Amino acid sequence: MDGLLSEVFIASLFFGAVTAGVPLLLAGLGEQVSEKAGVLNIGLEGMMLAGAFAGFAAAYATDSFLAGFCAGILAGMAVALIMAVLCVVLGMNQIVVGIAITLGAEGVTALLHHVLYSRSYPRLSRVETWTIPGLADIPYIGPALFDRNALIYLAFALTFFMIWVFRRTQAGLNLQAAGDAPAALDAAGVSVTVTRFVSVLLTGCLGGLGGAYMATVGGGLFLPFMTGGAGFIAIVLAMLARGNPLWILFGAFLFGASLALTTALQVVGVNIPTDVIQMLPFAMVIVVLLLFARHSYLPPALGLPYQRGTR
Amino acid sequence: MNREHPLVSWLHGMVSVLLPVVLALAVGAILLLALGKDPLAYYGYVVKRGLLSPTGLEASLTRTAPLLLIAAGLIVAFRSGLWNLGVDGQLLLAAVVTAALAPELASGLPSVMVVAVCFAVAMAVGAAWSLIPALLKAQFGVNEIISTLMMSFLGVSLANVLIKIPFNDPQTTVPQTATLAVEDRLSRLADTTIHWGVLLALAVVVAVHHAMTMTALGMRLQIVGANMKTAVHAGLRLRLLVVVAFAISAGLAGLAGAVDVLGVHGTIRADWNPAYGIVVIPLVFLARFNGYAVIAFVFVFAVLVIGGESAARRLDVPTYFVLVLVGLVMLFLAVTEFLDHRRRLTAKD
Repeated sequence: MDGLLSEVFIASLFFGAVTAGVPLLLAGLGEQVSEKAGVLNIGLEGMMLAGAFAGFAAAYATDSFLAGFCAGILAGMAVALIMAVLCVVLGMNQIVVGIAITLGAEGVTALLHHVLYSRSYPRLSRVETWTIPGLADIPYIGPALFDRNALIYLAFALTFFMIWVFRRTQAGLNLQAAGDAPAALDAAGVSVTVTRFVSVLLTGCLGGLGGAYMATVGGGLFLPFMTGGAGFIAIVLAMLARGNPLWILFGAFLFGASLALTTALQVVGVNIPTDVIQMLPFAMVIVVLLLFARHSYLPPALGLPYQRGTR
Repeated sequence: MNREHPLVSWLHGMVSVLLPVVLALAVGAILLLALGKDPLAYYGYVVKRGLLSPTGLEASLTRTAPLLLIAAGLIVAFRSGLWNLGVDGQLLLAAVVTAALAPELASGLPSVMVVAVCFAVAMAVGAAWSLIPALLKAQFGVNEIISTLMMSFLGVSLANVLIKIPFNDPQTTVPQTATLAVEDRLSRLADTTIHWGVLLALAVVVAVHHAMTMTALGMRLQIVGANMKTAVHAGLRLRLLVVVAFAISAGLAGLAGAVDVLGVHGTIRADWNPAYGIVVIPLVFLARFNGYAVIAFVFVFAVLVIGGESAARRLDVPTYFVLVLVGLVMLFLAVTEFLDHRRRLTAKD
């Protein structure tokens, strides 16, 4: 078991944790925005899948990762638009629509994959990285953190940007009010519908980007159902983060590490069935829920459509 | 407010149920056209192979057994206002335990006893897998959508571990459980391939439907579903009721797994996951939690799946297409529900 403390094991665990954690981070930050505004976005998994497919298709067609990221954002927002119109504008049941969106996105992307790629299974070329001189040579964490694709730096920066938005800006306050006391926001002259509509689109944008990352930087290929529950883990992260983006960052890499453990163990020659390792992130959610359940916080108006004049 | 004529309200009910289905089929047809397939040929082939051919019809009816049992469990959960989205994990774990247990028992016990023990164990396994989400909900109010989904993912992986390590049949190359001899499986009805689990499932759906509307426990659960605070004020033991509703719902999902194993498969291979649960949810919604309507929708869906599997081989339209249809039905259901609600509001004014 000496291998477990070796540099190669720890470095590969860190590297894998960041690779697997970034989509959770992006999607979790997105979900946090709509949960703050009072919309429980169960369709996140569907938005990520749409982003993954569109991201891969665009990156494959144009040979540009940037085009892939943009396509992922657009696809995620397109799916989010359905959710926003049905749930925010028309006030329909968020859970029913969310499940429908996830099922539909699973079916459509798998169908498109079957038509376009099931004979050739194309892969993308190697990931372009931005190496930060000096820092990239730090043992253990250097390659994992400072020799990566630009999107990874962006995801980190976004976490701190969101903290600033939530704490210091009017938009952040409006979001919070839309979830905590929508009637008060309405009375203050800000439209609850517009605030929630925008927040759902933002969730789609970040969820789609997270999905696009999985299919480009993460794997370099698209497979049906490839998000494998990442969207739902991101929802859990947002629920447990109590509105603080830093907790999402922390949680995303904790889950990323448990996802990366299989590969890291194989690198040092320890063989554990993948199924055992696959249980880790979900088991961890349950343990976290058992330990911290009484501390989780959700806005009082979460999941409820807002209708002016009703109580 | 004037009451509607019974015929008008019946017609209105039929339209609000059939409209989402028709719209979903129409959008599905457009999608098929976009894929370069003939929608009429596809739907025609599905009906021919899933409903009109004897073997297809038998396969469709057999497939309804697990789906109906899941639906019965979901009726209990949804009418109690609880979102049990963890059906797949509950079903698969119970199915794997059944598959491992049945061949062992079959060597020593009469087959009636084997079936009885397996059903009881499967229900217990399913119910046990819902205990953590139920307690989290009852004690801390943790959103059960998330906790049941997480337990479901966990259960599916655990089921695979069980198949690959402790329950693995060493005589096969692909990891799978020991196979139950055909004569020990659920007996067939007359000269068909349909096993009696289908009749059991039908009886369970009808029983659940009436239990929810006519028994004291059913009424208590419906009060919990209508408004948890009211339930507390009415002096109901809310925590206990939440745990009971979850246990019944998940127990029936477990029974569905046992029926599918003892009636059809006789063994489970690694990585087998039929994912019945997530598609039955929309059907139960479409039926407005009504047991009799559930029976009709589950049958139509089974025809679609069995016919769709044949069409996938023949017309090169993958079975994912059925998933898209279910998603579309649910979306249109939500839209019809909304329009209906608004119509009633205007009628009241």
